[in-house]
Amino acid sequence: MSAGPRVGLFVTCLVDLFRPTVGFAAVKLLEDAGCSVEVPTAQTCCGQPAYNAGDRRDARAIAANVLRAFEGFEYVVAPSGSCAGMIKRHYPQLFADDPVLGLAAQALAARTWELTAFLVDVLKVSGLAARYDGTVAYHDSCSSLREMNVRDQPRALLAQVDGVELTDIPDGEACCGFGGTFAVKYGDISAQIVGKKAANVARTGADTLVAGDLGCLFNIAGKLHREGATVKVRHVAEILAGMTDDPPIGEA
Amino acid sequence: MGAAAAGEHVSGRDAILGSIRSALGARDDDAARATVEARVRAHPRNLVPDRTAVSDTAREAMFVSQIEATHASVARVAGDGDVPAAVAAYLAQHNLPAAATLAPDVAGLDWASQPMLETRVGVPVESDQVGVTAAFAAIAETGTLMLTSGADSPMTLNLLPDNHVVVLRRRQITGSLEDAWDRLRDHHGDAGMPRTAMFVSGPSSTADIELTLYLGAHGPRRLHIVLVED
Amino acid sequence: MRPTSARFHDNVDKALHDADLQTALHRVDKNFTSRRTAAVTAMPEFEALRDEAVRIKNHTLDHLDLYLEKFEENVTATGGHVHWAATPEDARRIILDLCQAAGARTVTKGKSMIAEEVALNPFLEAHGITPVETDLGEHIIQLADEPPSHIIGPAIHKTKEQVSDLFVAHHAKLGKSERLTEGEDLVAEAREVLRPRYLEADVGITGANFLIAETGTSVIVTNEGNGDLTQQLPRTHIVIASLEKVVPTLEDASTILRVLARSATGQQMSVYTTFSTGPRRAEDPDGPDAYHVVLLDNGRSKLLGNAFRDILRCIRCGACFNHCPVYASIGGHAYGWVYSGPMGAVLTPTMIGIEEAHHLPNATPFCGRCEAVCPMRIPLPKMMRHWREQAFDRKLEPARQRLALRVWAWLARRPALYRRLSGMAVRYLAWRGRPLGRLRDLPFAEGWTAARDLPAPQGRTFSAQWAQRRRGNT
Repeated sequence: MSAGPRVGLFVTCLVDLFRPTVGFAAVKLLEDAGCSVEVPTAQTCCGQPAYNAGDRRDARAIAANVLRAFEGFEYVVAPSGSCAGMIKRHYPQLFADDPVLGLAAQALAARTWELTAFLVDVLKVSGLAARYDGTVAYHDSCSSLREMNVRDQPRALLAQVDGVELTDIPDGEACCGFGGTFAVKYGDISAQIVGKKAANVARTGADTLVAGDLGCLFNIAGKLHREGATVKVRHVAEILAGMTDDPPIGEA
Repeated sequence: MGAAAAGEHVSGRDAILGSIRSALGARDDDAARATVEARVRAHPRNLVPDRTAVSDTAREAMFVSQIEATHASVARVAGDGDVPAAVAAYLAQHNLPAAATLAPDVAGLDWASQPMLETRVGVPVESDQVGVTAAFAAIAETGTLMLTSGADSPMTLNLLPDNHVVVLRRRQITGSLEDAWDRLRDHHGDAGMPRTAMFVSGPSSTADIELTLYLGAHGPRRLHIVLVED
Repeated sequence: MRPTSARFHDNVDKALHDADLQTALHRVDKNFTSRRTAAVTAMPEFEALRDEAVRIKNHTLDHLDLYLEKFEENVTATGGHVHWAATPEDARRIILDLCQAAGARTVTKGKSMIAEEVALNPFLEAHGITPVETDLGEHIIQLADEPPSHIIGPAIHKTKEQVSDLFVAHHAKLGKSERLTEGEDLVAEAREVLRPRYLEADVGITGANFLIAETGTSVIVTNEGNGDLTQQLPRTHIVIASLEKVVPTLEDASTILRVLARSATGQQMSVYTTFSTGPRRAEDPDGPDAYHVVLLDNGRSKLLGNAFRDILRCIRCGACFNHCPVYASIGGHAYGWVYSGPMGAVLTPTMIGIEEAHHLPNATPFCGRCEAVCPMRIPLPKMMRHWREQAFDRKLEPARQRLALRVWAWLARRPALYRRLSGMAVRYLAWRGRPLGRLRDLPFAEGWTAARDLPAPQGRTFSAQWAQRRRGNT
């Protein structure tokens, strides 16, 4: 039994369904840093799709499941600024008028972290033994930037990876246009926004695009591939954990 | 709370105030009134940037550099007696006709010293090219002139002619907007606010066409400050 | 203005295919964001000033009735008149009465969003009074017979060529028949054309950025000086402003002014910031003889008591517009009413109803930049989400979408069943994605796949693999 922190991994539905490699990369990073990691099986989603659709009732029901499933962990870590943001910033609001669940939500929020911020700010990870040869453009998701104060941490970690040449994307604070169901419901606007982001990524000349949120990554990758670009797209956890044997996002 | 009897006309004022009070769940009580009265009477300062609390010399330098950055020009003269010459020189420099309309509050300067300069005192007419007025104060923080209406200062003279020359005295330069209000309150006392207090930070401009900056949209295209040092 | 917000999808399609508009929007995006950043970076106190501004506005809203009464008291004491308009109809009627009493034939106007909101111009025209817009951007759209497309730059959607066309078409009857192409010349022509209108106007109507309770003062903020000419030259000056413009003191207005211009255009102060109190004094050589302030409610008083109260802190700087990826893609007209951009997505449904306007708070990825740049810290995404809750309760979204959401939410609460069904779906999508590892099209997802590929899932879910791994380890 490890003496390190006991972490509950919040897998996120996109990682679970679309790209499990990211989940395994997160587990490896946490275990290498001394944590004991468990993955509660009762989790499905953080409830954000219902919350953003104005369906508070369903959002609360799904969130209540999350509150129960993640009771008792010292930390809850998600490889996603969006899901971590939902738990940390929005769960307390969702249960603001519930005397019991309100407290539970605040308690969970206080223990919830985005993966790269947890590795740097809490675990103080300093010697990643990973190698990746390439120029990497890092995209900041809106939720990471504006909800979770994540910006320097993933860059600090990427700087520890041998062979990585890091570059910033012009107009880096601009949204990629994903926004969950927005990308489908208002797909033409979303496509316009991601078109600008893809063009800015291309401007960097980087061979790899990396971010901490799969929603953004699938959106930008989808646009890049439609335009015939050859940029490789991965979640930052894959690079940090040295797990880049699987094909990049949207490739076979 | 102000509900009308059937058939009785509720004034717009009563309807609106009633709606506000109902939404706020507020009572029109003494405590609330006292709070409002106290704030208005005391008009406390909020956060004022401390870079404005500097020496007179620094304030003057700050004012000049700020307003020059907005395409206005500044000429320093030693005393009141030098003002008419500075105005004549400015007009010549810009190939403007040697004629100016003066506000009464600058009419007392020694314009006779510039016999080639045709002057008129009073409100402007459409054909006037040059207006010369005095400032009430200036604000170093933002490079801003404070121009106030009064018996001797027609506000339209600041706006209609294409060229505006403002006579500003060094001692009129304050640090912040809040300092300027204090100065106004001290000066006007019981007379209260003037009809107009205009804060001017450069010549008239617009960016309404493709976000390109053009001067002289409706107000003066040129703003020149004659800064009297004494 | 008749709303077209319900035709949002059509409006958006038109906007996305409008090459001139896209060029103009690109210019707006580049310009305003960098200016604001520069201004904010240069001011160490900026964040603290935002907090002060929020404090002042919240305090004022808490006592809005009393501060409005105090404002009225001081306007009256300085020789002016305050009129209370509960509805747009009231506001129009009050202003018409004042104009008729002044025997007005033409009326000059400074830029006023409130005047747009109450549709003042068509009403005056219907009663034989000619309103003349003096702000250059408003003049341009008056000629084009269009509503404003941005809260501080009403004509930013127009190219210079389009302005040239408008001027040569409409200024010809004033003796100006040459088609000008240089911006400088266009501005000069507008100045020449409007100058006589200023001088002949019987009444000048302005908006107000602030109303000051302490002194009974209205404040306008312009760069052109058009508002000043509008309120100084005619015999009657009418201010039309909404209730929440009031602030307690001159100092309070000064504080908020510090964040207003910087947030809007990156300036420290606009070229002309003018405080007007009452009509001319007996000894003044110029200025209006009469000063009237028309206070408009139009539903704002009700907002004080509900979840949208914070929108009343809005100071009309436009920073949210300038940083919004949706606005940058579609421009202001696509929103379909007077107020567009993020603040419009919150305010417009309060005035035209969520049924008509439900697309506005829905058409956003919630990137949060609007809230990040708002000088008044208005929680715009939160209020848009609140509108979505109302739209949800009223079943305003398409039936298919609502069903999909219900099914998904039902499954998400049943982990075992969710895992089984999602595992199947994921295997199917992975298969569909062969051989490239991505899909070019997918039923019901055309919004995505029209312009983007959809990366395929890896094929087995994390849950399944993790469960297998754990079984293998025990």
